[in-house]
Amino acid sequence: MHAVRDVSLAVRRGESFGLVGESGSGKSTVLRAIAGLARDWTGRIAVEGENLGARRTARFYETVQMVFQDPYGSLHPRHTVDGTLSEPGRIHGLANVDARVLELLRDVGLGPEFRFRFPHQLSGGQRQRVAIARALMLEPKLLLLDEPTSALDVSVQAEILNLLQRLKRERGLTFILVSHDLSVIAHMCDRLAVMNAGRVVEELTVDQLRRSEPSHPYTRQLLKASLGYDRAAVDALETFD
Amino acid sequence: MSGPLLEVDGLSVRFPTRTGIVEAVRNISFSVGREKVGIVGESGSGKTMTGRAVLGLIRPPGVVQARRMMFDGIDLLSLSERQLRSIRGNRIAMVMQDPKFSLNPVMTVGRQIAEAYRVHTAASSSEAKRRTLEMLEAVRIRDPERVYGAYPHEVSGGMGQRIMIAMMLIPDPDLLIADEPTSALDVTVQMQVLAIVDDLVSRRGMGLMFISHDLNLVASFCDRVVIMYAGQIVETCRASELHAATHPYTRGLLASLPRVDRPTERLSTLVRDEAWKTEPGVDARIL
Ligand SMILES: Nc1ncnc2c1ncn2[C@@H]1O[C@H](COP(=O)(O)OP(=O)(O)OP(=O)(O)O)[C@@H](O)[C@H]1O
Ligand SMILES: Nc1ncnc2c1ncn2[C@@H]1O[C@H](COP(=O)(O)OP(=O)(O)OP(=O)(O)O)[C@@H](O)[C@H]1O
Ligand SMILES: [Mg+2]
Ligand SMILES: [Mg+2]
Repeated sequence: MHAVRDVSLAVRRGESFGLVGESGSGKSTVLRAIAGLARDWTGRIAVEGENLGARRTARFYETVQMVFQDPYGSLHPRHTVDGTLSEPGRIHGLANVDARVLELLRDVGLGPEFRFRFPHQLSGGQRQRVAIARALMLEPKLLLLDEPTSALDVSVQAEILNLLQRLKRERGLTFILVSHDLSVIAHMCDRLAVMNAGRVVEELTVDQLRRSEPSHPYTRQLLKASLGYDRAAVDALETFD
Repeated sequence: MSGPLLEVDGLSVRFPTRTGIVEAVRNISFSVGREKVGIVGESGSGKTMTGRAVLGLIRPPGVVQARRMMFDGIDLLSLSERQLRSIRGNRIAMVMQDPKFSLNPVMTVGRQIAEAYRVHTAASSSEAKRRTLEMLEAVRIRDPERVYGAYPHEVSGGMGQRIMIAMMLIPDPDLLIADEPTSALDVTVQMQVLAIVDDLVSRRGMGLMFISHDLNLVASFCDRVVIMYAGQIVETCRASELHAATHPYTRGLLASLPRVDRPTERLSTLVRDEAWKTEPGVDARIL
């Protein structure tokens, strides 16, 4: 089966690009293909003008890092927070890894008391903060963020989004951000693509989104549903193919 | 049967760790009737541990204490592990926050749901398969037959959540504890899945404990809300009145939400007050 079909995206350096859309429409698959985690893709993917093949070099991961949707599966259950954070630093031969670990913990709002805990001793949101800190260890230029805050409460979400915006300003980071929360996309991104059933149905700017001016009926339905739960409106929802 | 479906009085959950005792839940009291009760609060405030404690799922060295924990006339505190197991998944079901983690990675999704169904009913295997496909369709899985035969790593994040919901709803529980059940779903599918749960509450009188950090969703979906901070309940109100909540913590949470219609450079973050930790908690029981 095709998880995604004929998806074309161009993201400029320093831009934040949002991907939204139906669950199962292929958003994670797009990010995984870029990160070198999905092998069976055809087409062309280029980062900084360089075409990517099936394999990724160690250098690639100094440029591109991904934060996964599922903070449970992505942390090694037998590694402490310290182990998880220092591993990429040691593999890539970074100096003062210890100091970086402490700095990153602070950046993501976790106190030093979390440093030697194991994943099972952390709440869902605490795990996701560890995953974000790990992605930042190598100071990448392109961050692929798959629902980075959907497991977080709103105040931690605000802290993480502010942190990501600050890093972006200071280091000229580029983001591709998957989220089903249109207000998060509107806050973080310049442009977005809307996916449905494995395809991009429309691309629009965040300004168009704010003015509620999407052109595709699926996007209009998403906007409406994002206003809150309404039992009567549910039966009127359509499926698009 | 009079009284609420679930009544919890004075529940505490503690974990000893290398750096001291973590008080995950501190002396909380709440009830759930045949209604939708939202549990909100920041990360680490004790929402999941509250849900797990009700189900008797706190693993050692964790310690659970309560004055009273009654479910439909049954004293949960007095049950043996075996008796608890027969209630778990059958009369009280919990949709875990970590769907893929809770699924068996080497068994197809369909078989897992069908087996969960057969454990609690005398259904034949063809009947169980038929019900499973029906449930997958009900939670808006586009291609139920394909997903029935898929392994957990072959489904997307949102599909995993819907699979868990299907699996928990299939034995028709009286109380559903749903821990961030729709956080990975796009908003339209989220609405559709919540409508299924909503209908079970309004038509069948199921009780729902809905753990979520999505304040707008809880405000529009639930009947009542319980707000947790540092293991305690600091405020409780009608869901429709959540936006008028008065505790500075709740207000801080509401203020930190990004808004499509109101762009800001920086989101406001919570400034926590040490005093919130030592305030007496609020009793969220309606008896
Ligand atoms: N390893 C795999 N083998 C087979 N099918 C897969 C695999 N991984 C993903 N898929 C399928 O590819 C499709 C797209 O999945 P993907 O995870 O990219 O969706 P998504 O848009 O990220 O969804 P969500 O919002 O629910 O996370 C889904 O139908 C999924 O079942
Ligand atoms: N096994 C454990 N050992 C030590 N501390 C633990 C353990 N399990 C949970 N905790 C701690 O208990 C507190 C409450 O955890 P809980 O999982 O209930 O939080 P939560 O409100 O569900 O948060 P989230 O929204 O992030 O899921 C957290 O501070 C967590 O670190
Ligand atoms: Mg995904
Ligand atoms: Mg939790």
